[in-house]
Amino acid sequence: MHEGQVQNYNFLQRGDSVIKKEMIAMLLAGGQGSRLGVLTQRVAKPAVSFGGKYRIIDFPLSNCINSGVDTVGVLTQYQPLRLNAHIGIGIPWDLDKNVGGVTVLPPYEKSTGSDWYSGTANAIYQNLEYMESYNPDYVLILSGDHIYKMDYEVMLDYHKASNADLTIATMPVPMEEASRFGLAITDGTGRILEFEEKPEHPRSNLASMGIYIFSFPVLRQALIELNEQPNCDFGMHIIPWIKEHDYRIFAYEFNEYWKDVGTLSSYWQANMELVDIIPEFNLYEEYWKIYTKSENIKPHYLGENASVTKSLVSEGCEIHGTVENSVLGVGVTIGEGAVVRDSIIMADTVIGDNTTVDKSIIAERCTIGSNCALGVGEYAESQYDKKVYRADLVTIGENSVIPDDVKIGKNTAIKGVTTAEDYPDGELPGGGYIIREVAGR
Amino acid sequence: MRAIGVILAGGNSKRMKQLSDKRAIAAMPVAGSFRSIDFTLSNMTNSRIQSVAVLTQYNSRSLNLHLSSSKWWDFGRKQGGLFVFNPTITAESSDWYRGTADALYQNINWLKNSHEPYVVIAAGDGIYKLDYNKVLEYHIEKKADITVVCKRMEEGEDLTRFGCVNINDDGRIVGFEEKPMISDTNTISCGIYVVRRRHLIELIEKCAEEDRYDFVQDILVRYKNLKRIYAYKLESYWSNIASVGSYYKTNMDFLKRDVREYFKADPQVYTKVDDLPPAKYNPGASVKNSLVASGCIINGNVENSLLFKDVYVGNNCVIKNSIVLNNVYIGDNTVLENCIVESRDVIRANSTHIGAPDAIKIVVEKNDRYAI
Repeated sequence: MHEGQVQNYNFLQRGDSVIKKEMIAMLLAGGQGSRLGVLTQRVAKPAVSFGGKYRIIDFPLSNCINSGVDTVGVLTQYQPLRLNAHIGIGIPWDLDKNVGGVTVLPPYEKSTGSDWYSGTANAIYQNLEYMESYNPDYVLILSGDHIYKMDYEVMLDYHKASNADLTIATMPVPMEEASRFGLAITDGTGRILEFEEKPEHPRSNLASMGIYIFSFPVLRQALIELNEQPNCDFGMHIIPWIKEHDYRIFAYEFNEYWKDVGTLSSYWQANMELVDIIPEFNLYEEYWKIYTKSENIKPHYLGENASVTKSLVSEGCEIHGTVENSVLGVGVTIGEGAVVRDSIIMADTVIGDNTTVDKSIIAERCTIGSNCALGVGEYAESQYDKKVYRADLVTIGENSVIPDDVKIGKNTAIKGVTTAEDYPDGELPGGGYIIREVAGR
Repeated sequence: MRAIGVILAGGNSKRMKQLSDKRAIAAMPVAGSFRSIDFTLSNMTNSRIQSVAVLTQYNSRSLNLHLSSSKWWDFGRKQGGLFVFNPTITAESSDWYRGTADALYQNINWLKNSHEPYVVIAAGDGIYKLDYNKVLEYHIEKKADITVVCKRMEEGEDLTRFGCVNINDDGRIVGFEEKPMISDTNTISCGIYVVRRRHLIELIEKCAEEDRYDFVQDILVRYKNLKRIYAYKLESYWSNIASVGSYYKTNMDFLKRDVREYFKADPQVYTKVDDLPPAKYNPGASVKNSLVASGCIINGNVENSLLFKDVYVGNNCVIKNSIVLNNVYIGDNTVLENCIVESRDVIRANSTHIGAPDAIKIVVEKNDRYAI
């Protein structure tokens, strides 16, 4: 099978192929994103909703079509159901094309065996045939967990002008945070001399954004030579290989908004930034639209006693209470007398009358009872996973039910249908958790 | 379903005043995010009608833009589809559509080439939900030649712009007056008809031979004693938007919980997707009893109003009992009361527009958006 691929490629190299795309994109969307806790228990991170009506993957997909990249392979593995349903045949992003368009690429069984995607580069390697079928000169590698607007065509121009074999998008970060990132050490021309993965003593502040443009023959060679490498990863294996072989690696500096929303606190923070009067990340610009699958296009309704300030409200909501500094997804209902502050409420969730919600993330289709208070009390360390639940947030997974008259403390996690019995003294104290379903089921 | 659909969307009405200056009535924005024709189109797709023709003439560009893709209503299918028929010059004819029956006649080949036994004909300016299968069942049960969907109007409503019908105990229409000044009935025709396709072709061809062009006057009224014309009584919400007053009232109806929830429930009303971000409420925003569509940015006060898509409301504005159509910029300190603001308007800061509840003011202001 391996030989077959090579032959196929040679055939295409002779120029006989009708299909030719200058650059195609490969979007890595298979990761779990475990640092988003219950939000990704049943959903892949790229399918987590963001900014009210969007999902995280809408940003790279919209960037692709806005940049003129009309062929995108989306690599899925972890909990792909929601993601598949969202992407469909790519209609919302105009990626339903006769030639190219979006293709969802799950792991598949081969005559030689069947393997899961064991690393970022391994996933790409397993889809070499997909890439070859478009005979591309360049391949853009993207990940499905960043919020940003970027013109990949400009990056490609830079790649060509630098005569590069690999271009890594980078952004300057504060020196004190630099040790959290993969860092590029460049010469004056932008050529990367050295690459350091999360060094203790950073020598540069140019952080890799996980966005790469490869000249396809180089990528192909690297993937084939490293195909035996276990858990083959771009940062750990492919880039060092390319470096060793003296290929030209360049850093493309990106100075606009870019957010990794991989943790609950960064996810919450990035949502909250959208409600600023002139947000740094502006969704209202005409020329770089973010597209998403819109099922519900009705206006939202604000009742006689509603009060909404400093918030984003999506289609189809019914608001009878008070909403401040929050982001509401599609079809959310906020009851009379309810108060929602500093929170993210996702699609079709219902908040009961006179319930107060402070600093919470509530996922899709939850029902929160009446007279509840979420986000009360003092800081307490999470007993469930203190690395994940630590930003004083109440995090409630999708389809959860919270009964009437309960209090829920900070750094708590809830998933599943809960009843009054689950709350001794009507309270889930700070740091507590109620998880009804096993992760990864 | 065993029917094809025809939507009559070609007419204009003086009663729309400036609102129909730049668009067909069927393309009027309704309820924040829809166009009038979406309701009929959605009814057709939800009734599983696969093949629909929209006959347009007056200001058809607006409607053609809205119907530029059939996928929003799920008509992008190999079987059937959405057909938009504008008047066209042919070897035989170079006339505009001279009336509803003439419009059908000019597209009679489409009727002839279809194979479904029935045709559902509907106007493009009705706001309602209806499963046409129910009308068809009634039609078959009554062995009717034509079935007309009828609605009993409230006492005191102005009926002079409707066709008024008298119905006998069996449901057969025995009297039909088109737009009478005074009528002894308050049951009106909703402009929705079910008829056997072969039968329609016959009637339309007969009409054309006699140089008659109007479906209501020349078919329904003339044939009512000869043919079995039955009334299907619609009990649920129905409203026609083809006058400024009724357009305003219909939109305001959506602020009522029961109406809103009726249209929110399944089956859904579909429309073209605009890809706008969620509405944004800035500090200073105060919005009560209002519908707000996506893409709006609100800094001021809004009460008992509808903001359509992409409306910007400046600081300290006061908007009451008004309808602001798509893509309007309202500068700071503006006061609007009982107004309909035309789409793509730019209202300068510190303006005041006040209408009366019985005389809604239509605001058309074409200022340069980026000069202010």
